[in-house]
Amino acid sequence: MIVTAGWYMTLAAILFLIGAGGLLLRRNALVMFMSVELMLNAVNLTFVAAARAHGDIGGQMAVLFVLVVAAAEVAVGLAIIVSIFRSRRTASVDELSELSG
Amino acid sequence: MTGYLWIIIALPLAGALFNHLFGRRIGETRAAGPAILAVLGSFGFAAVAARDFFISADASEEAVAVVHLFDWIPGLGARAELLWDPLSATMTLVVTGVGALIHIYSVGYMHGDPRFGRFFTYLNLFIASMLILVLANNFALLFVGWELVGLCSYLLISFWYTRPSAAAAGKKAFVVNRIGDFGFMVALMVIFLSFGTLSYTEVLHDPGTVIGVGTATAIGLLLLVGAAGKSAQLPLHVWLPDAMEGPTPVSALIHAATMVTAGVYMVARCAAIFGLSDVAGGVVATVGALTALLAATIAIAQRDIKRVLAYSTISQLGYMFMAVGVAGYVAGLFHLVTHAVFKALLFLGAGSVIHAMADQQDMNRMGGLRRKLPLTHATMLIATLSIAGIPPLAGFWSKDEILAVMFYAGGYYTVLWAVGLVTALLTAFYMARQYFMVFAGESRWDAGVEPHESPRVMTIPLVILGALTLVIGFVNTPFRLSFEHFLDPVFHSVPVSHAPEDGFLLAALALVSVAAGLVGILIAFLIYGRASEEVRERLLGRVRRPLMAWEHGYWIDDVYGKLIVKPGSRIAEWSAGALDQRAIDGLVNGVGVAVRRLGARLQPLQSGFVRTYGALLAGGALLVVGWIVVRGICHERGLHPHSAQPGAGGRRQSRDAHPGTAPGAGAAPRGGAQPASGPTRRWAVPGVRAGRGGIPVGRAVRLDRSPGGRLASGRRRYLAAPGPPDDRPGSGRPGRVRRHQSPGTAVRRHEPAARGGPYRGVPVARPVPLLRLLRGDPGPDGVHHRHLGE
Repeated sequence: MIVTAGWYMTLAAILFLIGAGGLLLRRNALVMFMSVELMLNAVNLTFVAAARAHGDIGGQMAVLFVLVVAAAEVAVGLAIIVSIFRSRRTASVDELSELSG
Repeated sequence: MTGYLWIIIALPLAGALFNHLFGRRIGETRAAGPAILAVLGSFGFAAVAARDFFISADASEEAVAVVHLFDWIPGLGARAELLWDPLSATMTLVVTGVGALIHIYSVGYMHGDPRFGRFFTYLNLFIASMLILVLANNFALLFVGWELVGLCSYLLISFWYTRPSAAAAGKKAFVVNRIGDFGFMVALMVIFLSFGTLSYTEVLHDPGTVIGVGTATAIGLLLLVGAAGKSAQLPLHVWLPDAMEGPTPVSALIHAATMVTAGVYMVARCAAIFGLSDVAGGVVATVGALTALLAATIAIAQRDIKRVLAYSTISQLGYMFMAVGVAGYVAGLFHLVTHAVFKALLFLGAGSVIHAMADQQDMNRMGGLRRKLPLTHATMLIATLSIAGIPPLAGFWSKDEILAVMFYAGGYYTVLWAVGLVTALLTAFYMARQYFMVFAGESRWDAGVEPHESPRVMTIPLVILGALTLVIGFVNTPFRLSFEHFLDPVFHSVPVSHAPEDGFLLAALALVSVAAGLVGILIAFLIYGRASEEVRERLLGRVRRPLMAWEHGYWIDDVYGKLIVKPGSRIAEWSAGALDQRAIDGLVNGVGVAVRRLGARLQPLQSGFVRTYGALLAGGALLVVGWIVVRGICHERGLHPHSAQPGAGGRRQSRDAHPGTAPGAGAAPRGGAQPASGPTRRWAVPGVRAGRGGIPVGRAVRLDRSPGGRLASGRRRYLAAPGPPDDRPGSGRPGRVRRHQSPGTAVRRHEPAARGGPYRGVPVARPVPLLRLLRGDPGPDGVHHRHLGE
């Protein structure tokens, strides 16, 4: 059996949906964060798969960018979560609804 | 020599700049000194540069020069070029000569004014602007000077802007001049349209070969509109009497000697064009004659010493227009020069009187000033006799030449000659009236007024101007036409009207006009000089009605106010109120209110719950992907996207109908996607294509040559949440999310199904089955939660 790009796409879709579900359903900020990472990596997977399938390096380039941005995001996001937790003893996003319109 | 001609303009400009920067701080002497020196320097330079014009006709021809400074707007023929010929030299000498004397006079007159330096800034700027006007070698540069002198006029009329009347007068002058400038600008456009350039060198050199009589008439009449605005001719004369609100030196310099003569200069400069059209010239002469007569009658009934002189100026400008209208350019310019001298003298004398009477301008409060102001009296008397046309003073020679030219032109112009003669009589009358009211008779001063002769800095210019008035007429007498020969190079190629050669006729005409002047003076003497108060009252009572009309200037101001100003301000009020505040502001405010209301409606959307935002994002992404899918389906079935209505029946039909018509066999992917594996491609294609480039779904669809129905259903499955088949919108599952609280926080429940709110219409509850897949053990409320660190 040849593992074509489609398999990777399927896997990526499943991973993406798991991430999306976690983002929507969990209320712990840390877990939501992890879900976001999952989604990002699912997309990364489609990029590399497509890049490989098309013989185009562009997809891998994009992945590098995504990784960098994700790293930055983790650094900032974790700091925010930790500081929030320190001041409020909770990381439940449903408790953090002060920024309402 | 003429290569340095720009210095003539640069000197007063530098003076203006100097006083603008330092004039406030350095004291009066040091402010006025450079200003006066700048103008004197310009005068001296101009005199030296004009030297060749005085030598002989041949030297004069050669001395005419066009000085190219730089290319300004070459496409318009508007190079920054100065024209140095006898005409511009004459104007330059008048402007700088009279200007310098008035500068000196201003030192005394403006003494103690808190804005002394600023006054000299404006005066110097005016001189520079006027020199640009007269030295320009094209209409564009002329227009620049034209507008700059208008600006200076405005600034100087409303120099004492704290007086509401002065501010209003400045505004009036500005607005009325705009009307004239409109005609002037249209004239420039017609000139450019006809000639393709604005340069004098090309336009005024034999224009008959380029334009016909009709165009020449149009240009001439439009130029007349501009000239009438600037030179205060009917019907645009109304601003000049009000311009007397400015300081008296300003009235002398701008509103008597120089700026208001710009219209005459312009007509003379365009002699070649006016020469083509008898109609244009006739209209110019008629306007001039009417203005001369009307203004003279109005001057008879004025009580303000400066308003008499203002109407007198309008009247004398009318004379000049009469002359240039019949192509008597030399006569017109000659009167321009002499008038500049004696009218400046009259204004400066009036300023001296006003100064002596502690700012009193009403002639009814004067009288008997002869002894108190000997120098002012003597010089004013000379000027009065000059303007009345008594030989051998300057005014006699120039006015007589105009009348002779008018008479000699014959035909219709004989009527205008008669008008001019009547005007001469009236002129002598109102000037003598002014003389008697101010200097003769009993004193009618206000209590506490102690008249005193003005300081020497003011009387010296008076004396110089008085001496000039005595002699300057001799530059162009019938016995020796020096001025005419001087101007020959300018007018040698255009038809020019001359005074008759016949000595007897000339003498007769002179006799008639002198007689008219003497009669006017005699009448004034009888009424204002000799008659007692009661006799005068009785005499004037008989002509009360015309006197009323004259005193109010034929109510022209009131008519304009009713016909133009009032409707204008109504329209302005309407646009400011109804149009601007209600309609336009209403529109703007309405947009603001609409946005605010919309924001208020949308406000609940920002609930502060991160997961709500996530749900909205996911829903939005689903919608976009769904739209792309629908588009792809429609495209594949050959339907237009926006008329597409995806439905089961239609899809089935299309699947059967067009299995092989999907286009784009050659658009297969370049790389590894293998066309053999159907289901794989079904998954791969939309994801890659839509995820990367977004839109080329058409191509994506084309990739898959399997029947459309299968593609569509496959894609649908790809998009839908991988839950049980019964988990679809409208399957009856209530969208409900409930939260647990940590101890101490308020209970918050979110019941979107009941409340609407942010969850309304968003398939937020649909992934709930997914939750069951992800999570092993759903709680009783179907939500799992755990706090960090617990």
